[in-house]
Formats: sequence, structure tokens, C-alpha cells
Amino acid sequence: MSVNKDIKHPSGQAIMDALKQASIEFIVSVPDIVTSDGLLWPISKDPEFKLVRVCKEDEGVSICGAMSYNKTRALLLMQQTGLMDSLNAIRAIGIDYQLPICMMVGLQGKEPHKLSSESSSYGVRIIQPVLDAMQIPYRVIEEPEDVQHIAADIEKAYQTSSTFVFIIGRAPV
Amino acid sequence: MKRDLALEVLKQHVSNEIVVAVYQTLFDWMAINPRDLNYVATGAMGQASSHGLGLALANPQKEVLVFDGDGSILMNLGSLVTIANAEPKNFHHFVFENGVYEVNGAHPIPGHKKVDFGAMAKAAGYRIVKVFSDLETFESEVVEFLNQPGPAMAVMKIEAGESYPRDYDYIHSALAREKFRQALQSS
Repeated sequence: MSVNKDIKHPSGQAIMDALKQASIEFIVSVPDIVTSDGLLWPISKDPEFKLVRVCKEDEGVSICGAMSYNKTRALLLMQQTGLMDSLNAIRAIGIDYQLPICMMVGLQGKEPHKLSSESSSYGVRIIQPVLDAMQIPYRVIEEPEDVQHIAADIEKAYQTSSTFVFIIGRAPV
Repeated sequence: MKRDLALEVLKQHVSNEIVVAVYQTLFDWMAINPRDLNYVATGAMGQASSHGLGLALANPQKEVLVFDGDGSILMNLGSLVTIANAEPKNFHHFVFENGVYEVNGAHPIPGHKKVDFGAMAKAAGYRIVKVFSDLETFESEVVEFLNQPGPAMAVMKIEAGESYPRDYDYIHSALAREKFRQALQSS
């Protein structure tokens, strides 16, 4: 994933620190090119996280939901293509069953200097409207300072047993 | 092998285990062995095995039994590889194979009489795979199967037995989830 040095990117280490602050124990993931170098590879080498590599993202929705019954906290890390492929699982397990499914979604194809709504990629432009239609709250993580909200958002999702999505619009570095 | 009779056998060996079941096998199991540690809310689209994996990883001290369907696991075949890779010793996967989507009009599953679920589980990396076609053999070998560390799969060649009511309202209810949550946290 190329990084434009004129644009600020969020820190992968700061995101990992926020996940630990929020007591995330398991990372469930299908690799995503946006978050691969800055997040998933470092997570895979960090003994404080337990990484579950899944074949398909909807497996991860179920795994995270099932883990929550004994208050084990998990994060599903994936690309927006996986999010789109998992909408029915998110609908059933996250929304209908009111389970705390926390997801971090890299926007593959998004131009770092543009808002996702202005992206030339249809697959990028539709993500926020789709989440709006499903009434799923989300936060866009693009600037370094956006990371400061992650721990509180996860805490709230688990306290209220609700679904939350972090949209990663620029590659963590 | 009649499904309800196979479940009656399993009932004798289930005490404090988590049981994740789907569709008609779930409805039969709920009638035969109603208990709060039955995990009934798997959504749809073959997700039982993934719920079972999440429960097994988050509760390594507890045994997890998944009563899956053949049509269900066909929708989530990748989970076999995910499960084998995660190597949960406390994970025993029963696939009740009747060759049809029983609660959706009894249409045949793709590959009925061609697909080999046991071979797929073995190829995916499950430690143990057994195929049970008759009740007597199952009855005599189920303890040995359950005593071996997972991930393990038992392919259950079954036909419908007694038809138990399909209580969809309950399995999707907040009450069912809360009962399981409380039972898990106090077990």
C-alpha cells in the first residue's frame, strides 16, 4: 500500500495500543491490503493478541459474537469487500441478536486525499451509505488524532451490546 | 439412523457441554434435551461451526459440541479449514447428513450422494473423522469419539425421526440468548 508523505496517516502502533486499552483479546481477520503492513503484520507478531485467521469474513462475525457471551472481546479486521460479503451475518448476529460486533474495515481503492464519498471507486463510495441504511454506527479513521476515539467506541459497543465499524480510510503506518 | 434416536444417545453423554445446533436437529434437540447451555442463535447461512469455534476459543475449559446440518456446512466450508487451523481440542463437530434442506421444502442439497463430508474435514486438517451410519455402532463408539481431543468430526448418516415443532420465535429471542449467557457465566 503506497503512502503519500504529504498526507498524515494514522499510527498502527497507536491503533494497537487503543485495542489493548479496550481489552481486545482476539483479532479475527482476513488480510486487507490497507491494514496489512501497519496493523495485521504487527498484530500477528504481538503476543498480547490472539490472532484467528479465517477463510471468509462472515465466519469472523459469528466468532466475535459467540465470544462475547462470556465477555471475551474481539475485533474483526477486514477489507470493505469482506464487510459487503458479510452483511447478512452482521444483520442477524450484530443487529437482530444485539451482540457487540466490532469491526475495522480497510477501504481498498480509496484515494488517501479524498473523502470516501468523493472516491472514484464505487465500492468505496457505497460503504458509508450501506452502513447508514443498516443503522450501524461507524467512525472514520484517517487522521492520526482519529485513533484517540477507538478505545471509547469499543467500550461503548460492549457496554451497550451493539455493533460498531471503524472505517480505515488511510493505511496505518 | 433416525435423527431423534441418535440425539437420545447423545443426551446420555451431555452434561455441562455447550451444544450449538441448527435447524431441525436443533428443534429435535430442544425437545429431547432442553437446557440453557444449548446455543440456539446462529443466525443463518451455515454459521454454526463458526459460532462453535468462537465459543471453543473463548471457553477453552468447556467442551463444545456442534450439531450441524449438511446443507448448513455446505454454506460455510471454509470454516472447516479455519477450525482445523485453530486446533481447538474442545471442539466436536457432528454433521447430520440427510441429503436435503429439510426445513426449506426438503429439496436435495447439491452433491447429495456425491459429496463426502468426512473426507473434506480430513483434508481440511481435522484430527479425527468418523462416519456413523447405524445407531448401534454410534451408541458403542460415541464415548470414544468424544474422549478424543478435537477438532473432530462425526458424520451422522441420518433420516428424519419424530417431527418436533419448529419454534423459530424462541431460537431468535432475546430470552434464549440471555438464558445461554447466564448459564455460561455461571457454569
